[in-house]
Amino acid sequence: MDISASVLTYFLIPAVKAVVVVILVATAAGVLTYIERRTLAFLQVRKGPNRVGPEGILQFVADVVKLLTKEDVVPAKAQHFIHFLAPVLVMVPGLAVFAVLPWGPEFTMRIPGLGKITTAWYAADLNVSLLLVLAITSVGIYGIILGGWASNSKYALLGGLRSAAQLISYEVPMGFAVVSAILMARSLSLVEIVEAQRTHQMWFILPGLVSFFLYFVSGVAETNRIPFDLPEAESELVAGFHTEYSGFRWAIFFLTEYANMITISAIATALFFGGWLRPFPSVHALAFLDVVPPVLWYVLKVSCFLFVYIWFRGTFPRYRFDQLMALGWKTLIPISLTNLVLVALAALGGFRGLRILGIVLWGAAIGAFLIVTRLRAAKPPAAKTAPASVRARAAEA
Amino acid sequence: MTAPFFFWFFAAIVVFGAVGVVAMRQPVHSALFLLLSFFGVAALFITLNAEFLAAVQVLVYAGGIMVLFLFTIMLVNIRRTAGQPYVHRQAGAALLVAFFLLAVVGGTIVASSRTSGLADAPADPAKLSTTTISRMMTETVDGKTVKTPVTEQVAGNSQAVAWGLYRDYLLPFEVASVFLLVAMIGAVVLGKRTMEHVD
Repeated sequence: MDISASVLTYFLIPAVKAVVVVILVATAAGVLTYIERRTLAFLQVRKGPNRVGPEGILQFVADVVKLLTKEDVVPAKAQHFIHFLAPVLVMVPGLAVFAVLPWGPEFTMRIPGLGKITTAWYAADLNVSLLLVLAITSVGIYGIILGGWASNSKYALLGGLRSAAQLISYEVPMGFAVVSAILMARSLSLVEIVEAQRTHQMWFILPGLVSFFLYFVSGVAETNRIPFDLPEAESELVAGFHTEYSGFRWAIFFLTEYANMITISAIATALFFGGWLRPFPSVHALAFLDVVPPVLWYVLKVSCFLFVYIWFRGTFPRYRFDQLMALGWKTLIPISLTNLVLVALAALGGFRGLRILGIVLWGAAIGAFLIVTRLRAAKPPAAKTAPASVRARAAEA
Repeated sequence: MTAPFFFWFFAAIVVFGAVGVVAMRQPVHSALFLLLSFFGVAALFITLNAEFLAAVQVLVYAGGIMVLFLFTIMLVNIRRTAGQPYVHRQAGAALLVAFFLLAVVGGTIVASSRTSGLADAPADPAKLSTTTISRMMTETVDGKTVKTPVTEQVAGNSQAVAWGLYRDYLLPFEVASVFLLVAMIGAVVLGKRTMEHVD
């Protein structure tokens, strides 16, 4: 390999990818805010932003301009340097994770003047990339805690403390869910995990039903989204850890929240939904689905998860803090440990073991769903009968 | 050529962070310097081709333990330490302990460099992804059990760590985990007792 080729592979191409990722993530976050507001408006039977541009699509551009030109206020008694550092500490890990997200397989393209170049839809495929994702995202907590602390405001401090407790708690079930995916694929590399789902001839959602559930619930908690947005609960803490932030620094917190949502969705897709593979990657009858390029499959699946995030926000009320802790420690962690043992036993049995586990889990889930709906249908709707105490009082009167 | 540069660069960061931990007056600032030091150590692991250890270093120390440290520091809010002197009464004892630690670590480094020589970490990126391990392979040939030593390339540093932890040093590993469990139960019991007094 001559010097120019190594400069190309180890410096130039990664640099181009990094720039593309930063631009795309920032834009995607902006577009997501618009989609979120419109979807929420739809769910709540109102109109949402519809003034700037056709159907309000340019609303996020207007918001960015507003935030960039806003005054940047720093509280008088704040710890200035750390107050300044906190948004950076949040954003850098949030964007760094994108280096290992596998958006598509390797491909070869011809660039005029450079010849054929083989590269991939990811910046790096490390043999510990999944671990790296967990490590980097866990570092993102610092920005939130320090931002809350440095603001010299009790609401911000409480938000930061809540955030620390919440993220530490939900990292555990998330880690176990990820480990079960590693056991199924026998690799820590995200690219190899996606490829393993081709060789196993199934998406890992089949044997990983419980793992996926744990991963996504913990993921919602890790990104501070409703119903787990305790660190910024506006009815209790004004705006939580970013109460004292304004203008562009606040925008960075906001942008990173959306970047993290994309990360969680992308990892869920890679681990359990076959990454860039089409549905049923081994069935030849469905080969016509390959018309859709792999990257588009990936983006499509990630978009579905992002929609679920927004849907959650429109559907669930916020948890109370003790409920949140109880759910994490007393429900999710025991389930994740049991699930890990089951998956490990199944993985010992190879392809067949995983397939059997998948069929058992899905059978149980569908069975439970049917039983619950049958019971619901048998009982009269609860809302129409008043509680016994009320009825008794009515009878007395 | 590049390996020594990166070693000295990150080693300097580790030392700078460590000095910062003891020099800062504000506990939160100390914690941040410790964090910087941890990142330097993780980077040193990467220069040694131990990317698994690097990721775990960040995940466990930076992402887990230091967050709890910060949590505690913030709970016992402490902006009052500004007027206290830098040097305390324990300075002499601390110096003594530090000297012994330096002697042990330094002695080990000198001893190992005499026997094996300080080899530079291989700078070839291709070597980053594989680790050579040697093990005894047990086979059954003609009804007899034959053990043959094999050297094989495994797909990564994580596998090499697993071989070390779960095969070569299984007993120390299990003993350490039991110790940790005992410590954890002890902490819960101690914490619980004060809770009952409150009730």
